[in-house]
Amino acid sequence: MSASSAAKPSVVTHALKDALIAGIVAFGLFVLLLGFLADDTLGKLRPLPRPVLLAAAVGIVFVGRFLVSLLYYNAAALRLLLGELFVSILALAKRFRFALLAAMVALAIAWVLYSPGDWPLATMIVVAILFAVWLGLTPALLALAVLFPIAFYSNPYYLGIAIIILTYVMLGWGLNIVVGLAGLLDLGYVAFYAVGAYSYAIIAQAYGWSFWVCLPLAGLFAAFFGVLLGFPVLRLRGDYLAIVTLAFGEIVRIVLLNWVSLTNGPNGIGSIPRASFFGVPFTADDDGFAARFGFEFDPTHRTVFLFYLILALALITNWVTIRLRKLPVGRAWEALREDEIAVRSLGINPTNTKLTAFAIGAMFGGFAGAFFATRQGFISPDSFTFPESALILAIVVLGGMGSQIGVAIAAIVMTASFELFREFEQFRLVIFGFAMVGIMIWRPRGLISSREPSVYLKERKTISAEHVAEGHG
Amino acid sequence: MSEPLLSIKGVSAFYGSIAALKGIDVEVMPGEIVTIIGANGAGKSTLMMTICGNPQAREGSITFEDRDITHLPTHEIMRMKIAQSPEGRRIFPRMTVFENLQMGAATAQGGSFEEDLAKVFKLFPILEQRRSQRGGTLSGGEQQMLAIGRALMSRPRLLLLDEPSLGLAPLVVRQIFSAIRDLNQREKLTIFLVEQNAFHALKLAHRGYVMVNGRIAMQGTGKELLEKPEVRSAYLEGGR
Repeated sequence: MSASSAAKPSVVTHALKDALIAGIVAFGLFVLLLGFLADDTLGKLRPLPRPVLLAAAVGIVFVGRFLVSLLYYNAAALRLLLGELFVSILALAKRFRFALLAAMVALAIAWVLYSPGDWPLATMIVVAILFAVWLGLTPALLALAVLFPIAFYSNPYYLGIAIIILTYVMLGWGLNIVVGLAGLLDLGYVAFYAVGAYSYAIIAQAYGWSFWVCLPLAGLFAAFFGVLLGFPVLRLRGDYLAIVTLAFGEIVRIVLLNWVSLTNGPNGIGSIPRASFFGVPFTADDDGFAARFGFEFDPTHRTVFLFYLILALALITNWVTIRLRKLPVGRAWEALREDEIAVRSLGINPTNTKLTAFAIGAMFGGFAGAFFATRQGFISPDSFTFPESALILAIVVLGGMGSQIGVAIAAIVMTASFELFREFEQFRLVIFGFAMVGIMIWRPRGLISSREPSVYLKERKTISAEHVAEGHG
Repeated sequence: MSEPLLSIKGVSAFYGSIAALKGIDVEVMPGEIVTIIGANGAGKSTLMMTICGNPQAREGSITFEDRDITHLPTHEIMRMKIAQSPEGRRIFPRMTVFENLQMGAATAQGGSFEEDLAKVFKLFPILEQRRSQRGGTLSGGEQQMLAIGRALMSRPRLLLLDEPSLGLAPLVVRQIFSAIRDLNQREKLTIFLVEQNAFHALKLAHRGYVMVNGRIAMQGTGKELLEKPEVRSAYLEGGR
């Protein structure tokens, strides 16, 4: 006790002396490097003094050296200080993670609007890893998604790919309700995507209603088709259900192809009205978005808007699914997947349960379809073929049925790898096949196969695949 | 005695063209434990399933609380005050114990969930310890307890138990049967029990029926049946 209190002043003086020396050295180093700026604006070169910058640099060195040498003699104190600092920062960050995210969104929007810049890919990766360590995988992905348009503002190609990826994330999440939660194998999901796209295109063209009116209508139509498919397949399960849904997808496509008076057949529907910023169109004229809000006109504004639109739609899908899982109907879906007979023995009507799963899954497919139509501006039956269904199903299965984050990762990996391997066009399906085989060998229940309970007592426990399913799904 | 809670009159049921039940008459009075014993393939489980409407009875009638339920779909029958712990337990393996119990309360009326949950946990304390664990990771006995607990969550008047002792260790069987007795004595729950374990079932039950080839061959109080030489030789001492 007395030894340590006696030792203290000498430690502090020593540290101060040490820091002073470091400060003098730093001053000597920085006085020319930072202290003066060679300025040639007036035609001749002259030194411009920057005393504040110099003082800051020397100050940092001084304080830093002081702290280091002070704590160097007391390693335990150093550890304690740093440890507590780290823990409290972490706790603070965790506690206000939503506020942080909101701040980031605000920052992102402000950045895009006022000072469009370009962040290199490496920065994004570093930021991604930092976020993942700091906040966990899900918020990290979310933060990255929010920041993405800022980083790649001047690169519409990447923005375009990101929009496609997010469309597939949304489709995956929509199909996940039917396949992952309710356990009904649906090979014709693209039909609902098509119904949503066509209903949006036709309604928007015929009545000139805005995107925001047509979007729910498209979802409603798709949900109606979901029920329409649901009725005949109520008694079917497994392979038989898969065949009928496959046929349903083809029927919808062939109807679209042949009902020329409504759908314009194989020529498709063109010049579909574009989405507007809540009524303000993205055009170069005086009524346009740029003019209204006082920006320079830039076609990328629309792309960024579309990006945030599909991000919002996908997140709504995810949020609704998570909420539904906690409600009786979502619980009933999961129970239905586990054991239909047990579900009936508990007095739950399996018919209604299946129909709601089909309808809600189809509705989100319809929303995605409407988005697709407004983004492309042109749709034809060629966009809604069986491989499309297969891709969405592959995303759900590879992602781990029922896992939201797994589906998102699978959608990113699959869609992005399609773009990455564009040069090996002919080998794409071969690589795809190898990837599938690999996943089936090493992760037979999908990338993320644990199921998170929707209610828990004290802490969430995700339970690994081995316990999750014995013999099925 | 009062009106029977469940009455089965002349019920026949078929799988395709094969008759599994051939004119069954069974009555269950309120507050009773009634057991059906019989060999494999005698039609015990089919009788249980027919009460639940799957398969539906082709002849005869089934009434519960004076209401004809013969031709109702399964989920509507199960919405009345009947609950079933099905053969092979059929719990939801990927859902937690708590979620399984929540599913059991899917059709329960009113906000008595917490109270019912507490009752189930009191009856089977192990379930409370296991509440955040997946159904599929429980032992056989725990799964059976969960199946019974799940059935109880809907506040039934009549509990149908299909082979609760199937594949369980003798100690666990005893535990489950004592829980069944508890339910009957404390909660005045009426229980209809289908069992292969004739000795335990008859000891527990007020009355019993012996089924052979889709027919009721014998009936009587549990004690009477236990003492009958035919029953003893066929179901109790047959192996010796």
